[in-house]
Amino acid sequence: MDSLLEQIERGTLWQFPGGVHPPQQKSLSNQQPIARLPLPDKLVLPLKQHIGANGQLLVDVGDKVQKGQALTKPSANWSLPVHAPTSGEIIDIKPMPSAHPSALPELSIVIAPDGNDTWCELSPISNLQELSHKTLIDILHNAGIAGMGGAGFPTYIKADSHQPIEFLVVNGVECEPYITADDLLMREHAQEIVQGIEVMQQLLKPQRVLIGIEDNKPQAIAAMEQACAHNSAILVRSIPTKYPSGGEKQLIRVLTSKEVPSAGIPADIGVLVQNVGTLFAISEAVYKGKPLIERVVTVTGNTINKPQNVWALIGTEIKHLLDCQGFTPVPEQRVVMGGPMMGFTLPTVRIPVVKTTNCILAPDNQELAEPGDEKACIRCSACADACPQTLLPQQLQWFAKSKDYDKLEAYNLFDCIECGACSYVCPSEIPLVQYYRVAKAEIREQKLDQIKAERAKERFEARKERLEREQQERQNKHKRSTSRAAKPDAEKAKVADALARVKQKQGDQSAVQAAIERAKAKKAADGSLEPDNSEVALERARRKEQARQYKEQKHSEDAASSESSNETSSKKDAVAAAIARAKAKKAAQQSEQQNEQPQQAQASESETKKSDDEPRKAAVAAAIARAKAKKAAQQAEQQGETQAEQAAESETNKTDDDPRKAAVAAAIARAKAKKAAQQAEQQGETRAEQTAEPETNKTDDDPRKAAVAAAIARAKAKKAAQQAEQQGETQAEQTAEPETNKTDDDPRKAAVAAAIARAKAKKAAQQAEQQSASQGEHGSDAEPQTPEQKRQAAIKAAVAKAKAKKQAKEQEGNDPS
Amino acid sequence: MTLFYALIALGSLALVFGLILGYAAVKYRVESNPIVDQVDAILPQTQCGQCGYPGCRPYAEAIANGDEINKCPPGGEATVKKLADLMGVEPKPLAGGEQAEPVKTVAYIREDECIGCTKCIQACPVDAIVGATRQMHTVIDDECTGCDLCVEPCPVDCIDMLPVEQTKQTWKWQLDAIAVKQID
Repeated sequence: MDSLLEQIERGTLWQFPGGVHPPQQKSLSNQQPIARLPLPDKLVLPLKQHIGANGQLLVDVGDKVQKGQALTKPSANWSLPVHAPTSGEIIDIKPMPSAHPSALPELSIVIAPDGNDTWCELSPISNLQELSHKTLIDILHNAGIAGMGGAGFPTYIKADSHQPIEFLVVNGVECEPYITADDLLMREHAQEIVQGIEVMQQLLKPQRVLIGIEDNKPQAIAAMEQACAHNSAILVRSIPTKYPSGGEKQLIRVLTSKEVPSAGIPADIGVLVQNVGTLFAISEAVYKGKPLIERVVTVTGNTINKPQNVWALIGTEIKHLLDCQGFTPVPEQRVVMGGPMMGFTLPTVRIPVVKTTNCILAPDNQELAEPGDEKACIRCSACADACPQTLLPQQLQWFAKSKDYDKLEAYNLFDCIECGACSYVCPSEIPLVQYYRVAKAEIREQKLDQIKAERAKERFEARKERLEREQQERQNKHKRSTSRAAKPDAEKAKVADALARVKQKQGDQSAVQAAIERAKAKKAADGSLEPDNSEVALERARRKEQARQYKEQKHSEDAASSESSNETSSKKDAVAAAIARAKAKKAAQQSEQQNEQPQQAQASESETKKSDDEPRKAAVAAAIARAKAKKAAQQAEQQGETQAEQAAESETNKTDDDPRKAAVAAAIARAKAKKAAQQAEQQGETRAEQTAEPETNKTDDDPRKAAVAAAIARAKAKKAAQQAEQQGETQAEQTAEPETNKTDDDPRKAAVAAAIARAKAKKAAQQAEQQSASQGEHGSDAEPQTPEQKRQAAIKAAVAKAKAKKQAKEQEGNDPS
Repeated sequence: MTLFYALIALGSLALVFGLILGYAAVKYRVESNPIVDQVDAILPQTQCGQCGYPGCRPYAEAIANGDEINKCPPGGEATVKKLADLMGVEPKPLAGGEQAEPVKTVAYIREDECIGCTKCIQACPVDAIVGATRQMHTVIDDECTGCDLCVEPCPVDCIDMLPVEQTKQTWKWQLDAIAVKQID
């Protein structure tokens, strides 16, 4: 038995199973030499014309480019550059229909040729032998050469194979009917193709180079034999004409008897296949320095007046090719890119020639009839006989129709080369290949989904873990902080004590007050030790009740509280704002106790509310400023209930403005604004019932606000709105209104981002809604102004949407209550 | 007497084999994939919570405990069918009259309208939104499962759910486009 190499040397050929013999139709286009076309008026170059990633753009709209200039730079793996096919100007870079059955737009460079066709500087190589492997690979890479047989695999990757290559197979088979591009190229440029082969020989060092050409191209065979006569390692083999012997796996089988394993590549069995067109491009790139900017395209079919092969610049629109060759379309004209067996009908002729375009077929309705209706499979098994991959097309068809993807894979659907032989022989005209293509795409998609789901799961679990960890940390921190909180509170109590004593001296106070003060401090400490929410809620409910009683009480004690107003005004004289505020706080406390000495129990209750707030505030450093402002507000509140209402209001405004000016930090300003709102709110309250409700809302809101940092801005706006509304309900409506506007405008000015304004407006709307729902007639007077103002401020349409949404929700939420 | 011996012999044999079998059952136990894992593998892992459970895994557990299999709108009919196969029950139409073929979407944040509130970030079950307080947020669309959970919390409604754009890689041959008729 001879070795494989000896058999090959002797000219032995093997056979692949199956195959069909469709009518050749090659004589249409192989009678004339390859023609040169006039320059088209524009060239559309998709960035990606091959398998792999596209390169990075190097040019911009308006740039002038030279013929052969690189327009993209290869970046990621498997990416190839594209080059300007002629000199001209780049007029656009945008997604354009691509050379794909879907014609989905793909980013393309549009060049308007200037007609000069001036080359950029080329660097041809003369000393091939001296070049290193790396340099040669780089030349192939930078010339943008991709497999020109159809798949468009980047040639530099193939040429850089790390597996030992035994046989280099040159594919000059061109088995599809109609196509003669490779035939003509071999006839006219055999020399260059052999040069390209020699480059590959140097790169891959194969034992033999086998050129496979179908025996229906005698002229090409003769030309190739002549061109490679000097090189004994190159063998030209004439192989019997049978479709699809030009398939990579089939050609390897015919020439070397080897079979490419399923899901493998030819390099796995030491074989590498190159198309003659690719080899020609390699020789051009190496010996002339020209990148891949044009290729031979067969323009054929019965509707073409001059069917022949043409040199088409990459990026030429199909329409230009058809026009140049004389195109007389018939009704329902189809234009096919590729051959009749494996090509696809173009959705439009405004699609560019790309590196893999070998044929444009414009058949009339007789030569390539529309497929008839699909009929039932008669199980004749002709498809199985024709399948060059020895698959079972009929079985695959059943599974594809029932979407049984597991079974499809078990029946090796992915070994199908989509040659179309089965569809060709099917007597029932079942478009088998179409079914396989759909099924393949579905399976690929499912696999991608699977991978994505897997990743989503991972991320979800990672997130869950993270959240748990964070919660754990928070709990630990909380435990630590509560144990620590007791101490500062005690200190605070001492300070409060001392201050209370000072106050005692200033305003003649009874000793009872100091005791109450102390009791209060104690309570504050107690409160801090109970972070439990339910406790707080209970407290709040009690407080509400208390506040109601308290207000009624105060109403009757107007006269008594007038004293306190005098006292506070004297304190305003203090220069340092902080001290003034601290004093004001204490003063407020004093007046409170003075008024309510008979009702000590009630007073202490209202204090509990304060002490309740304190631990929360103590935790946040910034909140100290807020606490101060709050006290000032309380003070003003009590003043507001005296007969000296007008005096109190002007004062309020002052207190309001003063800290705002003083406080530079925006956060503090906001906190104050919030408190000012509270103050104004309480001023307006003549009736206890009204007070109780909004107050509860506020206390309720507080922790939520503290949690979300960004929400502060919104909270501010909300408070301002609340203030405005409640003021509107007082007798002093006119005074309150301008104030409202001021507070309203201020944060808006401060908030530069338009978005905040929007959020504010939204909240205002919410507020108004709430108000109207809970307080019917009372709020209705003040209401219309605020939302309207806000709405004016809100410019964007999105806001309106958001508002409407929230309002609806609000209403829904309020209706049952 | 013979009866007695026979009983002893058989009894001891039974004991010996019983011990061997018991040991083998423990020692060579085949680790089978628990049903929950199998169900979880079928679910689309969007973590959208449309089934009423906080994520795909909890729903998988619920299914394993006998819950309905038709509560997963993102999975569509295909998922229901697979679950029916796995659980050995009849496939049912999706609950809530959802369409059988769900459209895949990804979230898109209109970035000039984003106020940086981080609410969507907290809502995203797969951490596919990046951003920080008062900084613009954006969606990593490769990681987005299209669960819609970020749309609701947004205070300014700047999140859109856009259908996933088709590329040449995801494009599928349309059988209808080539005038294929389904025959029965």
